[in-house]
Amino acid sequence: MALHTPVQHVFDPSIVRQAIRDSFLKLDPRVQIRNPVMFVVLIGATLTSILWIQTFFGADTASASFIFTISIWLWFTTLFANFSEAMAEGRGKAQADTLRKARRDVQAKKLKEPRYGTPTTAVSSGSLRAGDVVLVEVGDIIPSDGEVIEGVASVNESAITGESAPVIRESGGDRSAVTGGTTVLSDWLVIRITANPGETFLDHMISMVEGAKRQKTPNEIALNILLAALTIIFLLVTATLLPFSLFAITANGSGTPITITITILVALLVCLIPTTIGGLLSAIGIAGMDRMIQSNVIALSGQAVEAAGDVDVLLLDKTGTITLGNRQAVAFLPATGVSEADLADAAQIASLADETPEGRSIVVLAKEKYGIRERSIGELHAEFIPFTAQTRMSGVNLNGSCFRKGASDAIQRYVESQNGLFPHDVRTSVETIARQGSTPLIVTDHTKVLGVVELKDIVKGGIKERFAELRRMGIKTIMITGDNPLTAAAIAAEAGVDDFLAEATPEAKLHLIREYQRTGRLVAMTGDGTNDAPALAQADVAVAMNSGTQAAKEAGNMVDLDSNPTKLIEIVEIGKQILITRGALTTFSIANDVAKYFAIIPAAFATTYPQLNVLNVMGLSSPTNAIVAAVIFNAIIIPLLIPVALRGVQYRAGEATTLLQRNLLIYGLGGLIAPFIGIKIIDFILPILGLK
Amino acid sequence: MNTQGWLQVSLYLGVLLVLAKPLGWYMARVYAGESVGLNTLLAPVERSCYRLLGIDEQTEQSWKEYALGLVLFNTVGMLMVYGLQRLQSSLPLNPDRLAAPLPDLSFNTAASFISNTNWQSYGGEVTMSYLTQMLGLNVQNFLSAATGMAVLIALIRGLRARSSATIGIFWVDLIRSILYILLPLALILACLLVSQGVVQSFSPSIEVVLLQNTIDTDGHLVSTQNLPLGPAASQIAIKQLGTNGGGFFNVNSAHPFENPTPLSNMLEMLAILLIPVALCFTFGIMVNDPRQGQALLTVMMVIFIPLLLFGVIQEQAGTPQLAALGIDLGASDMQAGGNMEGKETRFGVVNSALWAAATTAASNGSVNSMHDSYTPLGGLVPLFLIQLGEIIFGGVGSGLYGMLIFALITVFIAGLMVGRTPEYLGKKIEAFEIKMAALVLLIPCIVVLCFTALAVTTPWGKGALYATNIEYTSIANPGPHGFSEVLYAYSSMGNNNGSAFAGLGANNPFYNTTGGLAMLIARFWIIVPVLAIAGSLAAKKTVPSGPGTLPTHTPLFMTMLVGVVIIVGVLTFIPALALGPIIEHLMMLGI
Repeated sequence: MALHTPVQHVFDPSIVRQAIRDSFLKLDPRVQIRNPVMFVVLIGATLTSILWIQTFFGADTASASFIFTISIWLWFTTLFANFSEAMAEGRGKAQADTLRKARRDVQAKKLKEPRYGTPTTAVSSGSLRAGDVVLVEVGDIIPSDGEVIEGVASVNESAITGESAPVIRESGGDRSAVTGGTTVLSDWLVIRITANPGETFLDHMISMVEGAKRQKTPNEIALNILLAALTIIFLLVTATLLPFSLFAITANGSGTPITITITILVALLVCLIPTTIGGLLSAIGIAGMDRMIQSNVIALSGQAVEAAGDVDVLLLDKTGTITLGNRQAVAFLPATGVSEADLADAAQIASLADETPEGRSIVVLAKEKYGIRERSIGELHAEFIPFTAQTRMSGVNLNGSCFRKGASDAIQRYVESQNGLFPHDVRTSVETIARQGSTPLIVTDHTKVLGVVELKDIVKGGIKERFAELRRMGIKTIMITGDNPLTAAAIAAEAGVDDFLAEATPEAKLHLIREYQRTGRLVAMTGDGTNDAPALAQADVAVAMNSGTQAAKEAGNMVDLDSNPTKLIEIVEIGKQILITRGALTTFSIANDVAKYFAIIPAAFATTYPQLNVLNVMGLSSPTNAIVAAVIFNAIIIPLLIPVALRGVQYRAGEATTLLQRNLLIYGLGGLIAPFIGIKIIDFILPILGLK
Repeated sequence: MNTQGWLQVSLYLGVLLVLAKPLGWYMARVYAGESVGLNTLLAPVERSCYRLLGIDEQTEQSWKEYALGLVLFNTVGMLMVYGLQRLQSSLPLNPDRLAAPLPDLSFNTAASFISNTNWQSYGGEVTMSYLTQMLGLNVQNFLSAATGMAVLIALIRGLRARSSATIGIFWVDLIRSILYILLPLALILACLLVSQGVVQSFSPSIEVVLLQNTIDTDGHLVSTQNLPLGPAASQIAIKQLGTNGGGFFNVNSAHPFENPTPLSNMLEMLAILLIPVALCFTFGIMVNDPRQGQALLTVMMVIFIPLLLFGVIQEQAGTPQLAALGIDLGASDMQAGGNMEGKETRFGVVNSALWAAATTAASNGSVNSMHDSYTPLGGLVPLFLIQLGEIIFGGVGSGLYGMLIFALITVFIAGLMVGRTPEYLGKKIEAFEIKMAALVLLIPCIVVLCFTALAVTTPWGKGALYATNIEYTSIANPGPHGFSEVLYAYSSMGNNNGSAFAGLGANNPFYNTTGGLAMLIARFWIIVPVLAIAGSLAAKKTVPSGPGTLPTHTPLFMTMLVGVVIIVGVLTFIPALALGPIIEHLMMLGI
């Protein structure tokens, strides 16, 4: 994790300094109008300031200090909200600066023709357009995003992924995509550029982490509407309270001067409107994207992040995700009349020259089980028979023996073509092994079938637990594999996935996704190959592996820099966390209002209806202290909750009802009680500080 | 509250639930177009209605077509009621030769009856001819109730549909509601009421000789009395069943010809909540999950019962001032005790307070006692029940669709808290739904608060309280009680309830015009957004529920819904209530 300097502490000093500066710059009404709740606070602060200035010219100087105190704290409320947003942005900006260093202009060697060896011209990387072909050699920085069309090279991608181990990039296959800003460590590559200037992956990353192009997500828009509606209601409540109280004053014959009444009403308004969530709303969104980046996932749209929280179905590739990439030999099952040791010996000899992981695992198993030492094919003067598509077998000729190994149908054809007999008991073993989800490999010497080697898919450690966690989140996992249904079912059972798609073709994957979407489910999938691209484009949340092809990366809406397919679980958690944090703070904000009424209503009508003091259940010391304490509480709760907004409310996988119960208790009931205590404490401290 | 009081309340709620459940099932079948037993009789009538009106009963409407039909239909209805009033002196069935009401009163009354409010700025027996009452007001009693039910059914269809562009046919829903539900029920209730002595007659008022002569305010001897008659039972049945509330006589169901016996009182009280409660069951059946309907009904009961009991206890306690005079306020076999001002002795405290709570929880608005004479906190109960937005049972149809909108808002907040895009019955609640739901939340608040503010600020509203040269004499009580009266008037009109704190003389151009506007806005600016939500939900896919989905029938969700309803109500109206009933109560206690 070296994408950026990790921000360990929420309040990093350098970010805090910048954020304080930005808090003042964000007072610009053009910035504030984007957030209706905080815009109302800004107007309130301005209005009370004007009322305060008026007291210099009027006779009513006694109330000047009260109006001043309220006005100051309203300004603080606005600044605190600005500060939370600036803090969230600050973390992104620090990361963007690191990335920008990787984007500097470099000299590119543009090839005349898309072939290695043709003459090159030196051009600036900024002038490269999609379709140009460039040559990159040892030590060069890859000038822009592209696809390798010739060559193999090791590339250091730490500038993007933070991973210092070099990766191999080669033409064809699933490892052909290269990213601008990374460095070639060995050999050379011929690259066809796929991105125009300003549209590269690095550009996307920078704008995402900076939050410059951050669009409000659908859910955030809906919440904003609800908050705006609440703000309008409270605006009406406080605005109509003026005529109501004037009516009461006339009816009762006693009351407060109008300037104070207006100040109190503005204070009441700001306390009632959901400033806590309003002030922290954009910080929550920005911080959520930031957490995504912390876990090395680049979301290409905020909408995808939010959709991640809603995912119902998760499609995972078997190989590399659920199982380790390679199958391993786990058992020797000899034919009748053959000893297990002989089979092991023959299988080992047949595999000596086989450098595939499966082949190596046979050698290792033979040594483990029967202590058969590894021999060198050169010392034995043996002849190696390589695997071909025609024979679909490999093996070794040694001292007149012809050891061969291969899939059962290939060996059967080989034996029977030489008038040999494929033994019945071997066939039984083959079927048993296949049913268990393993792959049978037959070993034979000429026409004499010696037995079967069981190659097994090894399910990754801990994967079963992760799937169980997903199930608790309400997400169904589906394994995608090219294996036959029998094998697939066995592995699915062992890994604990809910379902599987066997013998999967790109069309079958696409069909499966569409089928789930048709029934209203949200589908997530991970993929890296070009053949995954159509399915990725169709999925609602599509995570492309950074090691994958350009086509896959373009089809996805997130890129995982670690190329770790189980990362989806973290993505889902982050998506949910953003929503939960918004919901929790909204509930908290609204629940707070009850206590504020108890503080302000008796205080506001202290002179008109002193009887209402029975509602002063907190026993606040004086009407002005009560109002000031409520306003101060309302202001300082914003910075106090910044850590919650930035870190996010903790998500625990579990039933929705349990989760709701927990959050309602903490943020609903807590939000009801906390301000009673907070306002009382502030009221207690105020006279000590001499603030009034 | 004594044992008898508890028994009366329990009996009422028990019988109500027993009757509502089968009715809910019956209505679900009606709206599904299934056979209900009355088909042989009514299906030909239904079909000839369609043929006569040229209605295509096969082609379903989009929400916009549905809303347009509804608004046009109600506009025509409003013009008819207005016209009937203005022309009543030259129309038949006017045996008492009543003159036409003034334009502002006619406007207010027309708005009131098409919006299912039945706010009455007039005294029925001395203002409206029999023809106006029957053809104008009583017809609208049926039509406005059926309109509310149609909107609810459209919303339920929206919740139930899968990727559909339509939400049903307004005309079919309207006609079925009237033919199969409202007419049969009203017929049964009217007959039962006639059996109890409620009048049903076309005779003009009759003059009777008083048993004991009396002297009027001018000192003249009075030896006879005019007893007003009219086709009352048929109108009372539907005004109770259709949450209309507009009485045939001025004092509504406190009048001995409208509500003569304890049994008629019980029947009329049951009729207030019968359809709103039954519709909860209908909803559950229609969405194939009866638990959903029961959950909403439970939420309503959980809010209703404590407020009802609080009101009864306040009224039974009476006023400390009377107690201080040495008057026995205790309930006994001989007297009801408590605060009996404005209450009928044949009903007593419990049945009056029970009616008051039921009629304001549902947006009925009929009364059998004068809410203005309640103790401050006893009067706060009906006022607050109205201000909750008429969703605790509420109007027929309108109460449940209002509650469903609150459920959507609750689901939205709850959904966020469990980290999923919120869903209600498998439908995702997104920006558009929240925008429309916010309107539904906002409109009554805007109407109630702004018009109340206007009334207490302007000379027309404040009336004679401050300027004797102004002819309007509206607020008779200065101070908090006068404020409560104005607040109650606009709360009632702005939530389509129709009941009143009687002290306010509202029959003047200011209250008639602003009130008429309040009723129209509160009715149709809510119906249109609700239909928009219905249309938007209908078009969505239904998400199958899983372990990550928040169930909406659990006690937890119900608790949260209760919380949202109460908190929104309290936060919106507590400052106003503090200046009205609450301070009045504190002053009464002498604090």
